[in-house]
Amino acid sequence: MRRRFTVGKAVALVLATIWLVIVAAPLYYMILASLRTQGTYLTSSPWIPSGSLSTSSYGTVFDAGLGRYLLNSVVLTAVCVVLTVTISLGAAYRIVRRRSRAVSASFTVMLFGLAIPVQAIIVPMYVLIYKMHLYDTLFALILTLSAAAVPVSVLIMVSFVRDIPRELIGAMLVDGGGEWTVFRRLIWPLSRPVLATLAIYDGLNVWNNFLLPLVLTQSSSVAVLPLGLTKLEGLYSVNVPAVMAGVLLSVLPLLVLFIFMRRQVMNSLGGMIAR
Amino acid sequence: MLGAGPPMLLFCLFIVVPMIAAVLMSFVKWNGLGAPRWAGGANWAEFFSDPVARTSVEVTVKLVVLSYVVQTPISLGLGLFTAGRQRYKTVYATIFVLPLLMSTAGIALLWESLLDPNFGALTALSKSTGLSFLNQNWLGDPHLTLYVVVAIIAWQFIPFHTLLYAVGRRQVPQALYEAALLDGASPWQMLWRVTLPQLRYTIVTSGILMIVGSLTYFDIIYIMTDGGPGYTTRVLSLDMYNVAFLQDQYGYASVLAVILSVVGIAIAIGLVRFSGFASMASQQEGAA
Repeated sequence: MRRRFTVGKAVALVLATIWLVIVAAPLYYMILASLRTQGTYLTSSPWIPSGSLSTSSYGTVFDAGLGRYLLNSVVLTAVCVVLTVTISLGAAYRIVRRRSRAVSASFTVMLFGLAIPVQAIIVPMYVLIYKMHLYDTLFALILTLSAAAVPVSVLIMVSFVRDIPRELIGAMLVDGGGEWTVFRRLIWPLSRPVLATLAIYDGLNVWNNFLLPLVLTQSSSVAVLPLGLTKLEGLYSVNVPAVMAGVLLSVLPLLVLFIFMRRQVMNSLGGMIAR
Repeated sequence: MLGAGPPMLLFCLFIVVPMIAAVLMSFVKWNGLGAPRWAGGANWAEFFSDPVARTSVEVTVKLVVLSYVVQTPISLGLGLFTAGRQRYKTVYATIFVLPLLMSTAGIALLWESLLDPNFGALTALSKSTGLSFLNQNWLGDPHLTLYVVVAIIAWQFIPFHTLLYAVGRRQVPQALYEAALLDGASPWQMLWRVTLPQLRYTIVTSGILMIVGSLTYFDIIYIMTDGGPGYTTRVLSLDMYNVAFLQDQYGYASVLAVILSVVGIAIAIGLVRFSGFASMASQQEGAA
């Protein structure tokens, strides 16, 4: 099909460009504001990079404990992702291989979990965590955030493992390999691309979750980034550059990931559900 | 590690048990400290006579409807636009995704600072360009704030739905367009007769996620307006949070929680049935 320039295409380009500005302008503002000091932010234009720029706000937020929040978020996200992805793959393999009633019933129950919003169960969840003496610990977040990620992760892994040809598994079993060998030598290597996609998806959700840390933790020592940012704002409500520096630092790890794995990240965000 | 056991255990303990507990708790009076007292339907009766809950329901309905109406056409348009393979469209698509990487807390703080009536960047823009409509009390004007919240939520989620539509559009067989072209269809006709019918599952998926998502929306409202000014942005999930964790009425809060999840699930099932969308059960058979 030859591509012709039409009025329709021109209008589409203009509208898309307007949205581009709507998306990019706040991000540009955030970067510029983070490079001001409290004084120069008030005196210079927030849109034009004139006057003096400095990175002192970044020092300010680290002094205010951002490093700790960052560390908490990294630990929480890493543990949750490894845990969720591993147990989901294991479960998916079991669900696909052994079609016992109990296994398929548990799969159905998990599918129902897709429809339950965390907001709806946050009160009993809080009571449960409190009774388990896990309130205000990172461990509470690890357990609940992993649990919340289970339904979607298992669903995705099942739909992938199901597509692995049975002949391959059968051949390996005939050759004398046990189920564990099949899992380790066949399923695990084959699933690596999907695991990466799933890890990105789960990781983003954990990294950015706000409600569970808000309800299940309170100390600064266990605060994760999204919660830490609001603490920072409470501390520096008039110091906009510091708050913007904090926000920027909180998204920086994801941005780096995105730059190096753009295609994979976009696939994992859009493709996971559209499939 | 091998088996459905570990995830099932996590899932049952932290999702299923709390869900059942929420239903049971909706029938007791409990402040979290003493022993729960059986209350029968008192909490449920309270819901129907509580003026704040009524307002919250209204605000939530407005938020859901507005979010859907605003986000769907923009996401669809941008999705179709970025589905093209041209290089500049890839650049556009890449930038469009960026808000998705930000946490809700980050987005809320960024917009709070942009919209600050005294030192905000929009006020500054208004002063330097003379566009006086940009100078508003965005988060303090009771007639405006809900719309501002809707706009910010749209800014956050349109990127995701754009991706969904772009992926959906790329899966439409090219042969359909070639056939339509042979029949002399105009681009407009192709959109209505080929693209949109082919995208109907994407439209349903995106719609369910949008509606259920905005039904339980919490983060940005909690951080930016805390339901205000007055009760103009107090959505149900925020009402529930306040009733539970500020007023310590766990029983009544559970009523709100149960209502939220029942309505969410009902809307999802309704949309699935209404559209004849292959259910989750057949999707796992690869029928979708």
